Amino acid sequence: MSHLLEINKLDVKFDTDEGRITAIDNVSLTLDQGKVLGIVGESGSGKSVTAKSIMQLNPGNTIYNDNAEIIIDGENVLKFTSKNDLKKIRGGKVSMIFQEPMASFAPAIKIGSQMVEQLMIHKPLDKNEAKNISIDMLNRVGIADAEKRFNQYAFELSGGMRQRAMIAMALSTMPKLLLADEPTTALDVTIQAQVINLIKDIIKEFNMGVIFITHDLGVIAQVADDVAVMYLGSVVERGPVNEILKNPKHPYTRGLLNALPDINNLDAPLTPIPGNIPSPLERPTGCVFRTRCPNPTHDCREGNIEMGLIEISSGHWVDKCCINCG
Amino acid sequence: MKENIVSVNNLSVSFDYQENFLSKKQKIRAVNNINIKIKKGSFFGLVGESGSGKTTLGRAILGANKISSGNVIFHDDDRDFDLTTITSKEMKEYRKKAQLIFQDPYAALSPRMTVRDIIAEPLEVMKITTSREETDERVRDIAAKCRLNLEHLRRFPHAFSGGQRQRISIARALVSNPKFIVADESVAALDVSIQADILNLLKQLQQELNLTYLFISHDLSVVAHVCDIVAVMYLGHIVEMAPSRELFSNPRHSYTKALLSSIPSVDPENKSKAIELQGEIPSAMNPPTGCVFRTRCPNPTHDCKEGNIEMGLIEVSPNHWVDQCCVNCA
Repeated sequence: MSHLLEINKLDVKFDTDEGRITAIDNVSLTLDQGKVLGIVGESGSGKSVTAKSIMQLNPGNTIYNDNAEIIIDGENVLKFTSKNDLKKIRGGKVSMIFQEPMASFAPAIKIGSQMVEQLMIHKPLDKNEAKNISIDMLNRVGIADAEKRFNQYAFELSGGMRQRAMIAMALSTMPKLLLADEPTTALDVTIQAQVINLIKDIIKEFNMGVIFITHDLGVIAQVADDVAVMYLGSVVERGPVNEILKNPKHPYTRGLLNALPDINNLDAPLTPIPGNIPSPLERPTGCVFRTRCPNPTHDCREGNIEMGLIEISSGHWVDKCCINCG
Repeated sequence: MKENIVSVNNLSVSFDYQENFLSKKQKIRAVNNINIKIKKGSFFGLVGESGSGKTTLGRAILGANKISSGNVIFHDDDRDFDLTTITSKEMKEYRKKAQLIFQDPYAALSPRMTVRDIIAEPLEVMKITTSREETDERVRDIAAKCRLNLEHLRRFPHAFSGGQRQRISIARALVSNPKFIVADESVAALDVSIQADILNLLKQLQQELNLTYLFISHDLSVVAHVCDIVAVMYLGHIVEMAPSRELFSNPRHSYTKALLSSIPSVDPENKSKAIELQGEIPSAMNPPTGCVFRTRCPNPTHDCKEGNIEMGLIEVSPNHWVDQCCVNCA
């Protein structure tokens, strides 16, 4: 079976006044139907840029490399230029949920009108049908009084409810791929738990593929099937969630886990990863992690080693440089 | 020596709210009948969801919110400050003793001032130092304690990462030599590895400078790690309060239990289901009568459901306080 989504050798660069910045460097990922791929990493690691590349939502100063491919359903979306083609992906085959649900709805238009509008763009429906589907969707995501909410504005809804409405809207076009960019970060933990369960139920029901972006390893552990750990625009480790979190091989993945306060082990010290994430303008040559690596080999420190993932056990890929650094 | 640094007695804070100029004025009770004592040298944690009144309580203790009833007393070595009757002259003195660290290090620092000026500003405003040399010396001293390099002092905030900025905010809060710090979600905007660094720094500074913290956070695992005593707030009330180990190993209030079970575990095999609370936190404008938690309580008693029970903490085991209504429900 071919993959639902295949990203091959993606580089993304931004032209800025200070120079050309590498945001994504040689990222390859795959995702199958009905699976959740988690992407973790700190701010600036390129998680969101990866997701936005899939929908071609990066700003105008973005440069993609020529041999990069983002294949959805056998079509390379990076080659799409016409509005009609882009419409097929944006909101059609692919939907996105953002972090801040307040910023994602237009404040002066009713929730319902926004849902109906986007639904009618993508599906041959009349207004009434679109309305029925939207209300049904709102019900499905657990919004009580869906008909009343349909006629309300975003500010009248609480944070958790707005995020549910956002999910309902994203799902109403029945996308094959859902991009969830930090969908629970702005929510309180009890609401976060509700939203995570909702997303899990929906994946089962609609059999979609999901890319779930977050910086919270706990959330990843609970929702993802596979994980890709990103650092400074590169995937440094990826594999099945159990394997990555229980048997991490890359020093960055280990560092993230050690820095995380664990409620079940209050005596464990919190160990920060030494140093700071370098500015994208001063991207290290060779292995990008070498400036913060606790135990770099000589060649690594000199920046002589090319990056690249190798498979160390079934499905578990680690950057080849850091296997030796350990 | 006095044991407590802050005592909060029956404190309530309410805000006036008017939907438009024709409608009736309403009172929003953000903080209700709070009693806490913060021990000198402790790391006091305050947790709860958005809208639970954590920040309002912190601000009331600093004298930044008007107190509606009850009082807040700050015990300094030689005198007490009563925040309900404080004069503006005393307030200036109090500001030197109690300071605030903000959540967002990007918004808290003026982009037009150098780091040196940002840190020095409190000294100048409070007229603590008399000469520029003295100011510079204190700035350098606190900067070193917060692990900032001397060369950083000449730069502007835009040159720094989130973690470094937060260290600048901390240095600014500590430069007047305060004894009590309110840290309001001070690590919420940071990445995990930086968060760990800042938490370690706060702990270390506490030892070095004999500080007492009121640490406000929504993140229970962070609170569990750094705090020695934790109070859980819900809709303006403290519903449970205990030493942190006791609270996290033996939570008694259903709200605390739900919060703890909602923390996603890093172990993918540990998919223990979160106790899902029904609905959402009610509006503070129209809180439930009786026990405020009753609308979401998984297992309310009849009297509780009817709103017949007054709220109030009782001590269920040494230093472990739980709201009396929910002791029977859970």
